[in-house]
Amino acid sequence: MAANGSRVRVLVGTRKGAFVLESDGKRKHWDITGPHFGGWEIYHIKGSPVDPNRIYASQTSGWFGQIVQRSDDGGKTWEAVGNEFAYNGVPGTHQWYDGTAHPWEFKRVWHMEPSLTDAETVYAGVEDAALFKSVDGGKTWSELSGLREHGSGSKWQPGAGGMGLHTILLDRLNPERIFIAISAAGAFRSEDGGKTWKPINKGLLSQYIPDPDAEVGHCVHRIAMHPARPQTLFMQKHWDVMRTDDAGDHWHEVSGNLPTDFGFVIDVHAHEPETVYVVPIKSDSEHYPPDGQLRVYRSRCGGNEWEALANGLPQEHCYVNVLRDAMAVDSLDRCGVYFGTTGGQVYASADSGDSWEAIARDLPGVLSVEVQTLP
Amino acid sequence: MIRVVIPAHLRTLAGVDGELRLEVDAPVTPRRILDALEAGYPVLRGAIREHGTRKRRPWLRFFACEEDFSHQSPDEPLPDPVAQGLEPFFVVGAIAGG
Repeated sequence: MAANGSRVRVLVGTRKGAFVLESDGKRKHWDITGPHFGGWEIYHIKGSPVDPNRIYASQTSGWFGQIVQRSDDGGKTWEAVGNEFAYNGVPGTHQWYDGTAHPWEFKRVWHMEPSLTDAETVYAGVEDAALFKSVDGGKTWSELSGLREHGSGSKWQPGAGGMGLHTILLDRLNPERIFIAISAAGAFRSEDGGKTWKPINKGLLSQYIPDPDAEVGHCVHRIAMHPARPQTLFMQKHWDVMRTDDAGDHWHEVSGNLPTDFGFVIDVHAHEPETVYVVPIKSDSEHYPPDGQLRVYRSRCGGNEWEALANGLPQEHCYVNVLRDAMAVDSLDRCGVYFGTTGGQVYASADSGDSWEAIARDLPGVLSVEVQTLP
Repeated sequence: MIRVVIPAHLRTLAGVDGELRLEVDAPVTPRRILDALEAGYPVLRGAIREHGTRKRRPWLRFFACEEDFSHQSPDEPLPDPVAQGLEPFFVVGAIAGG
């Protein structure tokens, strides 16, 4: 655990730039800098756990393509590094929305995941779905093509936002193990550092694919893990909140008493591996909270029993969404929880979700939120 | 010297202001201008032309002398006023949105 004398840095990616919010351990007063890369979409921005001053950002544009930015001073200054993401070999086809074959094409980086042990090593999850790795601080990128080529790639299909690899979970206890998730293909696991992969979707049921319990094709929105319990994963699927206790070999539903089990984000308390957070969204066609009330739901028992957390959140006329990469936790003694909305608000709770306040209110639509707990 | 105008976001990315002036050997073509641009400002690699194929990114256009050169061969010589530095070669972002 980190003492409350620590500092917290919140890294926010938005539709029109990146913002860095900093506070002391009390998390009452926040200094905001930005926009960095104003006018560009910042899909994700995340710091290295090895060197917190090393931060990677995915900067994208429909006009100008993909840029990867790197900071070595905690986000004060930035340097554009390598942006060439070339698939290995001839990438072939995946399914288009109507089931026809569609050629694989790189579009953007959805998620940057810095290594747990080396600041120069970072993984990138991209659209069209593939996993890339850099071992030179983002200057060059190589595809871990065993994922795309493991056998089911031709059956993957894009979700509404594209066919993005959006979740990368590294296992602190087993450096060779990596989990990833793709919309709409599902979850996959590697036991050899990313060389070979297997789908881990047993137990998922999706009515929007021809075979609801197929091996792949599920629209997984997000997976979360507590670092001390890497066998246990929590998943927010398109519909359904799921849990596995055997590293994805079997999943079971833990939606329980949620008002709706559609949503995007899911995260786990920094010190309580059975405390889980989601933000229920009304439906896949409405993409806003039920009844115009923005509520985080917390389970303290690993799912099924959920309590609404509304103190400090708008409880009328609220029709924002919370996107899949837009929730994070800090590791202070009283775990802080943070999330951003498509309406440009960043909400923070310094008491594990009991109460909330907006620490930024009028940013561009938020795509991602990450938190660094600093000494 | 060849005059080149690039969109504001790319000027910010390259750390430059205003119009660029580049040495380009004759015959002056879109490919030679873009090769010189990327050699001088490597951060622009991939931002105007795709890596690998070197194809123009679909939301960008190439204009000069009030004509559209987006769809001609990148090896086709540009008009004399561009080669003589009298008129700029424009890289323009397509209008998208309201």
